[in-house]
Amino acid sequence: MQTFQYSKADSVEKALASASAGKFIAGGTTLVDLMKLDVEQPKALVDINPLPLTKIEALPNGGLRIGALVRNSDLAWNDDVKRSYAVLSQAILSGASPQLRNMATTGGNLLQRTRCAYFREPGAGTPGGYSCNKRTPGTGCAAMDGHNRTHAVLGVSEHCIATHPSDMCVAMAALEAVIHVEGPKGKRTVQFADFHRLPGDTPHIENALEPGELVTHVDLPKLPEGAKSVYLKLRDRASYEFALASAAVVAKVEGGHVRFVRVAMGGVGTKPWRAHEAEAALTGKAVDAANFRHAAEAALAGAKPRTENAFKVELAKRCLVRTLKLATA
Amino acid sequence: MADSPSFRFRRLRSKSPEQTKDELAPDQHTLDLEPLTPGKPEQDGNGRGFSRRSFLSGLGAAGLVATAAPLAAAAPAVAPAADGPAEGASGTTLVLRVNGKDYTLRGLDPRATLLDTLRERIHLTGTKKGCDHGQCGACTVHVNGRRVNSCLSFAAMHEGDEITTIEGLGQPGNLHAMQAAFVEHDGYQCGYCTSGQIMSAVALLKEPIGPTDEDVKHAMAGNICRCGAYANIVAAVKQVRSQA
Repeated sequence: MQTFQYSKADSVEKALASASAGKFIAGGTTLVDLMKLDVEQPKALVDINPLPLTKIEALPNGGLRIGALVRNSDLAWNDDVKRSYAVLSQAILSGASPQLRNMATTGGNLLQRTRCAYFREPGAGTPGGYSCNKRTPGTGCAAMDGHNRTHAVLGVSEHCIATHPSDMCVAMAALEAVIHVEGPKGKRTVQFADFHRLPGDTPHIENALEPGELVTHVDLPKLPEGAKSVYLKLRDRASYEFALASAAVVAKVEGGHVRFVRVAMGGVGTKPWRAHEAEAALTGKAVDAANFRHAAEAALAGAKPRTENAFKVELAKRCLVRTLKLATA
Repeated sequence: MADSPSFRFRRLRSKSPEQTKDELAPDQHTLDLEPLTPGKPEQDGNGRGFSRRSFLSGLGAAGLVATAAPLAAAAPAVAPAADGPAEGASGTTLVLRVNGKDYTLRGLDPRATLLDTLRERIHLTGTKKGCDHGQCGACTVHVNGRRVNSCLSFAAMHEGDEITTIEGLGQPGNLHAMQAAFVEHDGYQCGYCTSGQIMSAVALLKEPIGPTDEDVKHAMAGNICRCGAYANIVAAVKQVRSQA
């Protein structure tokens, strides 16, 4: 691990003032892991744990405001979240381990990085190391024709097929969360769909944050009255394992028809995958297995599998069908 | 005087009663707060002393080798401490509160994880390093009462926190109920994951975990056991939960 200057900030102003030096650290569950692998080599760390961004509060419009430093476990256990945004609680609890969930924060989870083994390999993207366009643009992608069982089938480019690993983000994508950011140029908001970037030909740029910007909180809009939400995660182990395919569904059913639906998928996309095609195929339709299957086909129609991850296409479809059944039951 | 057997082995004699730290396990009586340096004469003031670990670490040191020739020939010279550059020259000074005691750590490398600091500087070696990447749970400790992976946090981030390790949970003759339950239910084989399992299990008593076996297993999912003692671990946890 490369050494760094360590400092603590006890206010957002102080954090932003020190930001140009290096990176913010909160839970550290992604950052320390990657620093040990020399994937991340910040010259300075600004410890933002003391910042007063730890609340979950009801918004006047009926939504919920989540501070960036709310720990994943606290967010999942929150009564308002469990009642009104069950998919978010389920998604968080399906991820990582209890210890990691106690450390990880809302803001940090948004920024977690891919588990691609080539990306994580010390020396990737350097001469003699594995090719990795995300580490060093232009060096190639070792996963394309290498071991890519856990890699993405949606949102891929010829430069990168790395899967986005977060469960929380899939739920937040379906909930259409709004991310509040503060930086040297002031405050702004980013719609969830715009926060994470497709790899395209710039896989090293993963999100919409400008240098020095800090996520301060995430707002969840109020859902339609009577909407139900569910998260289903499929993976090799029953726990402590990333998704091979997952689905977050928010649905409101009236008279046996889908009145409102939001669908997002995990384990299959290079970013948390909002499945617009599935939503279009479901809205107004009768709640039945055939319509669910049509929607799943639409969601995965653009899938581009590689040598080892073609199974994900069918797995993701069945995952979505099962989740739709659970959400409309 | 320097050559006499009594001088060579005086460090191996147990400390006087006033110096014995009752709260620590028998082999944790040293509070070596400075990095170990081979060949340096014993320094007083910090209660710097002699332990199994420091003996093995310093086996290559000239002073010890000269007096324990047969042993030195048999054992490999072990470099003392750290996976990083030598500490002590630069670095920060930090106070960590562990198991109710304050430890002043000088010359701490900013890269020192909480895990390495607990083990290598404070010599609380009950917490284990399994994967060093937050994937196994062997390093589980409590920070302000919540279980965390100490391998994924820097020591510098924990000034002001209340840290509890397995040593602070219970001691021989004064076991925590969870430790006793693990013994009763044979919840371990090699014992390497056990401190982490117990720390996790104790912490979950204060978490909103459901009542079923599946709930317990999910709540213990962050602690891996290569020996496969899982069924007995679950039994131990359930026993303590039912007593709470």
